[in-house]
Amino acid sequence: MKEIVVISGKGGTGKTSLTASFAVLGARDVIVADCDVDAADMHLLLEPDFKIAENFYSGVIAKIDQDICTKCGKCTDVCRFDAIPIVDSNYVVQPLDCEGCGYCARICPVDAIKMELQNVGDWYISTIKTDSTMVHARLGIGAENSGKLVAKVKNEAKRIADEQQKDLVLVDGSPGIGCPVVSSLSGASFVVLVTEPTVSGFHDLERVYQLVKKFGIKAGCIINKADLNPAIRHEIQSWIQAENIAAIAELPYDEEFTRAMTEGKTIMESESELLKSILTDAWQKIRDIL
Amino acid sequence: MLKIAVASGKGGTGKTTLSTNLAAYLAERGSVILTDLDVEEPNSGLFIHGELIHQEDKFKMVPQWKSDRCTLCGNCREVCNFHAIVQLADEIMVFPQLCHSCYACSELCPTNSLPMIPEKMGELREFQADRLSFVESKLDIGQEQAVPLIAQTLRYVDDEYSEVDLKIFDSPPGTSCPVIEATKNADLVILVTEPTPFGLHDLKLAVETMRELKKAFVIVVNRHGIGNNDVIDYCNAENIPVIAKIPNSKKIAEIYSRGHLLYEDVPEFKAELDRVVDFITDLNREASR
Repeated sequence: MKEIVVISGKGGTGKTSLTASFAVLGARDVIVADCDVDAADMHLLLEPDFKIAENFYSGVIAKIDQDICTKCGKCTDVCRFDAIPIVDSNYVVQPLDCEGCGYCARICPVDAIKMELQNVGDWYISTIKTDSTMVHARLGIGAENSGKLVAKVKNEAKRIADEQQKDLVLVDGSPGIGCPVVSSLSGASFVVLVTEPTVSGFHDLERVYQLVKKFGIKAGCIINKADLNPAIRHEIQSWIQAENIAAIAELPYDEEFTRAMTEGKTIMESESELLKSILTDAWQKIRDIL
Repeated sequence: MLKIAVASGKGGTGKTTLSTNLAAYLAERGSVILTDLDVEEPNSGLFIHGELIHQEDKFKMVPQWKSDRCTLCGNCREVCNFHAIVQLADEIMVFPQLCHSCYACSELCPTNSLPMIPEKMGELREFQADRLSFVESKLDIGQEQAVPLIAQTLRYVDDEYSEVDLKIFDSPPGTSCPVIEATKNADLVILVTEPTPFGLHDLKLAVETMRELKKAFVIVVNRHGIGNNDVIDYCNAENIPVIAKIPNSKKIAEIYSRGHLLYEDVPEFKAELDRVVDFITDLNREASR
């Protein structure tokens, strides 16, 4: 089984629209995983039915039983996260500040502190409009995006691919270079980097590729809005060549992108024959590389 | 004194565009400090060009195993809630990327065999361009946690710039822990969105987050004219002020692509920036009353 992960470093480059289009091109051959759990948007294009929904529990948060607490203040002293201030003369844990290390609970002389398991979000298994399966999730507000929910979504997608004897998992990855993207990348067979020819697009691409390199995963690149800035486009092209990254496709700046998204459509269902043919070729190229 | 965080649920909606232009424009009238808290992918520095006046490495504290007195009792491994400590047959292994610097293993070790030592996680750089000060922090590749670096950057700005009345913070995208850290001390959060289904979906998450944090927040719509009217309808229905609508324009996208500020070259953009400035000025006047 092969796993294709689409990432971009910078937001707003068209990553999700492109991934959803590849999901349409791959149709029943691919199981889709939306690992951008902090701002999951792919469900807006792929019409999932949310058939199976489950809570996801991860990590713990301290809670002080005020009936037992003797107000000795030892918990506040050891907390490195300033998460236990005095509120109305009681020691009260601030859930958004608590890291869940459990140090306070361990040293409380009267056992007044319990560590409670947190529901950090929900995850779903859906049938989507390509007649295939998508695993997706919604991270709770302010929850820690530790990468565990990302890992859950990915592992479920792989399990389903195994079960249904599908040989491809297509992953919409997370932005940035921190825990969620590290989780998205682990185990990938091929990474598709989506970028745009802007100083920030290129800057973020270079940073996230340093991370991809650490994993030693083979990568290809798609330049979206390619005609926006010819000079930076050329710089990216040279960089791709120097880094031995596969040049997958270049798409023109085209508001059809947004128009299709506004109608809840992928680009493959849009009016633009040009974009459709570029993406069909791109998908073929990715499949050939795998 | 006013702290303004510029944030968004969805990435790529124009947080950095608004933060950098707003800071530079306001600095024409008085002192402003702009801080880039998107430490995973900081971009503000591509638009703000000043003189580098200070640079320092930022560290987080992690335990380091000292073998001489260790009895391999296993207490450290047991107390670590983040699986950052593994005990092998005759050795303790620490995984610094997983460590949250809670000190539990170190301070609860009966033989003091895990002293905390600093490990570099990133860099902070500080620039000055006339009345605009700019601070950015960059997380080292391979470091997974943004929150400790965001927290240290905020502390640095608080200490060094206590006199500056206006502080603008370019926040990370999303609604999880890094955003909470970056916005929790702000007096006002400006949420930047685009009028598309993705923009609306992620805006709703950001709004829920701000309500949970009990933050005052307003909306700036970017790329106004694309998509549909759902974002504006939603803001009206929820009574959330939309303080500016930056028009969709390929010219803006082109100027942005070169790493240039917009307000001097694009009058339509400047007009909307003026609305944001007016809003902030009113707010400041009310606050000082």
